Amino acid sequence: MDWVYLIEVLVGGLMSGVMYSLVAIGFVLIYKSSGIFNFAQGTMLLFASLTFVKMTENGIDFWTSLFIAAGIMVIFGVVTERYVIRPLANQDLLALFMATVGLATFQEGFSQFIWDSDVHGLQMSKFLDIGLLDPAPIFMSDHVPWLDILIPKFDIFASLVAGSLIVVLAFFFQKTKTGLSLRAVSDDHMAAMAVGIPLQTVWAVVWAVTGIIALVAGLLWAERVSVSFTLIEAVMKALPVILIGGLTSIPGAIVGGLVIGVGEKLGEIYLADVFGGQGIELWFAYFMALMFLVFRPQGMFGEKLIERV
Amino acid sequence: MIYRETGNFVTNYFKDREIFPLKFDKVVVILGLLYLFLYVPTTSEYFLSAHVIPILAVGLATVGLNILTGLTGQLSLGTAGFMCVGAFGTYNLMLRVPDALMSLPFALLLSGIFAGLVGVIFGLPAIRIKGFYLLVSTLAAQYFVWWFFNSYAWFLNYESSGVVAIAPKFYDYWGLGNFLGVDMQGYPARYLLALVICIGLSYFAKNLLRSNTGRNFMSVRDRDIAASVMGISVPKAKLLAFFISCFYCGVAGGIYSFLYIGNVDLMIYEVDRSFTILFMLIIGGLGSISGSWLGAIFVYEFPIIFTWVGDFIFQGAFNTAVVENVSNMVYGVFIIALLIREPGGFAALWATTKQKLRMWPYPH
Amino acid sequence: MSKSLLKVNNIEVVYNHVILALRGVTLDVEEGKVVSLLGANGSGKTTTLKACSNLLHAERGAITKGSIEYQDKDIANSDAYNLVKDGVVQVLEGRHCFSHLTVEENIMTGSFIRENSKEAKQDLERVYDHFERIRIRKKSLAGFTSGGEQQMIAMGRALMSRPKLILLDEPSMGLAPQLVEEIFAIVKALNKEGVSFLIAEQNAMVALKYADEGYLIENGRVILKGKAQELLDRPDVKEMYLGVGAEGQTSFRDIKYYHRRKPSFT
Repeated sequence: MDWVYLIEVLVGGLMSGVMYSLVAIGFVLIYKSSGIFNFAQGTMLLFASLTFVKMTENGIDFWTSLFIAAGIMVIFGVVTERYVIRPLANQDLLALFMATVGLATFQEGFSQFIWDSDVHGLQMSKFLDIGLLDPAPIFMSDHVPWLDILIPKFDIFASLVAGSLIVVLAFFFQKTKTGLSLRAVSDDHMAAMAVGIPLQTVWAVVWAVTGIIALVAGLLWAERVSVSFTLIEAVMKALPVILIGGLTSIPGAIVGGLVIGVGEKLGEIYLADVFGGQGIELWFAYFMALMFLVFRPQGMFGEKLIERV
Repeated sequence: MIYRETGNFVTNYFKDREIFPLKFDKVVVILGLLYLFLYVPTTSEYFLSAHVIPILAVGLATVGLNILTGLTGQLSLGTAGFMCVGAFGTYNLMLRVPDALMSLPFALLLSGIFAGLVGVIFGLPAIRIKGFYLLVSTLAAQYFVWWFFNSYAWFLNYESSGVVAIAPKFYDYWGLGNFLGVDMQGYPARYLLALVICIGLSYFAKNLLRSNTGRNFMSVRDRDIAASVMGISVPKAKLLAFFISCFYCGVAGGIYSFLYIGNVDLMIYEVDRSFTILFMLIIGGLGSISGSWLGAIFVYEFPIIFTWVGDFIFQGAFNTAVVENVSNMVYGVFIIALLIREPGGFAALWATTKQKLRMWPYPH
Repeated sequence: MSKSLLKVNNIEVVYNHVILALRGVTLDVEEGKVVSLLGANGSGKTTTLKACSNLLHAERGAITKGSIEYQDKDIANSDAYNLVKDGVVQVLEGRHCFSHLTVEENIMTGSFIRENSKEAKQDLERVYDHFERIRIRKKSLAGFTSGGEQQMIAMGRALMSRPKLILLDEPSMGLAPQLVEEIFAIVKALNKEGVSFLIAEQNAMVALKYADEGYLIENGRVILKGKAQELLDRPDVKEMYLGVGAEGQTSFRDIKYYHRRKPSFT
């Protein structure tokens, strides 16, 4: 067995897992604060990154574009809360899910209507002078002689961003008063309103924050892949990630991402021959999640299902 | 007022359980059936092929999804995958079973059963997994089925292009066409076959809603623990719902490929189609059979009408990308507005209107 | 004559644009009083309370006529959050605890509107003093506690906002008679501390025993009001609500006479 190759595969898997986690965080944030399964996360990513890329392409500088794009996402979040979520508070969660499907459809049309449906690339190193954005990878053999693999610096950058987002959000939910009230809201909208939690305000904040997270994730995805319609499909891969991690767990988002990322790479190498066909990564992640959920229906770190008649 | 709900007296229980208890409704239904069977087939080939038959196909799939999602409460994003099983099943049955034993209507129903069985396999996790977590199972079904037919060329009869045209002999129906002197490959004949299947299955679904099984499904949807305490076998109800729903989707897939497009093409069964059918279901209204049909008509016709308006008023100002994007925006807004105004979709909107008319001119 | 805290003037509530749930409810809660709202299932008790706490819109309901005043201010257009801030809090029917939060976290959610976290800590102690039963269970998930404990959690949670008026919906639902007495004793104790109550209850006997005033509501209308003791003494109320009617069978024609009298309000 070629250990170096295996390590390379594992590292590659971990890095693509981080990319899934970035999307998953947004999902979990909304779910944890309102019980809503936000299907529009993928299109938010597309909309945010497309807005940003189109602005930089039109000659606006990096920070201004970032600022404007973040502003647009905040406005979008607040408007979503006001006109989609607020009127539907305390409704059946299935109805809320459907509403986010509607939101996703709208946004998919909207972002391509006002911008375009072309494929855009993004190279952040052109704007930012951060060592980690340098396209040249790290040669691990320089540091560890026998480890002859490459690690793109950008992947380390993405991991740092994802890691810090998760630490901040986990702290927010577990230790602050607002975090506590958000967890309460996800359990029972009506009771939360009755004890005086201002649903509207906290949801507007959560949607705005999710919009900004979508922008961050969108930029990283854009750098690694590209900005186009396919982003939405790539984001569908985040579904098994959050389901493995547990819908209510912020750390679950990252662990789930890593599990899927690594599992997918290993599956591609060791199982593709068994199935006699290429492209098993199309469904392999879903099967992994499925196997996992059959044994643990609430995901790895998800809240236990409390069922009483 | 011609339409009135009073004055209909029943003298036995059989009459009390009729689907259309009102005389007026009965007349409307009979007139509607006469219209569908006698007038529509004589309309233009274009109308049949571009509007009516595809609506019948996707509408049937919507009814199928309705049984699973609307009636039993199991969210599914794998509709297109199950349709795909139906389409490929029909093709392989027609191709590989001797002609003397197989005819298109039977192949459609049999492949529906295949799709149902595939659905049961992917429904098995539903026994353990609940709520949104179940999405992963139906998505797995969608992607796996698609990949499966894409990887194993045998199912496509080793057609390298990935699309197989359907041979005219498949429309032979054991020589029925020659016997009657009718072109069975022509759209009127295709339409009538699709219509008969759709009306039959809708009738079945409507009755399922009112049956013991349907009530079991609904109790699983509303509160599965309470249902199990009542002595309803929840796993059995869920799996049966998966089977019936996927049967409908499979038949719909067969109709879509064989009676509408005329070839079997993997590309039309991608995950997008699952979403389109979900929109039809939401817009039409969960749990209502007639709502599913209304939703299918709306979602299918909207881009066509929009393009037509664009051509007519703006002299072709809208290219396909604009039409697609604007359609998506309109569906999105429509779904959200409908959920806010009336979570039950078109069907509930109709029921509320009726209730208001009953009270008219009083508001309550 | 004490000051009126909550005044409901002839409100009409419609659900889903078609279902008329309340057809004219008028009531008055005076400061420092316990007022009971009695009626059968579906008579409109919960709807009245939700109208007062502005939670109706979440159930597709709306007030179409009449007004609700709290401390002489019209509250029809303020939301639940501002009401809690002003001192009106509702304890929902069926408890509605946050099942994935611990008991203590549940209670702390009630202090969201409070800025001073030190005071909130003191109030937490006060809640535990009133409800000794839940002190020992403070670290367990609320979803796993018993019905009585959940009722106490829900009430404790409401107390955390230091309310002036608590709208208590069906506190006796699914509880043993002994626990019901315990809950109502706590209501009385809180009332002594100056909290007013509007209680919707089916258990008329207990509700009237601890209340100062009572309203009977039927089919979305108030049909009778009076001092709790007066209501307890009325033969028709006894027959219909308390189940301790006059000896032997009474004809319905005789006992429903209060229906024929128009309710008079002063």
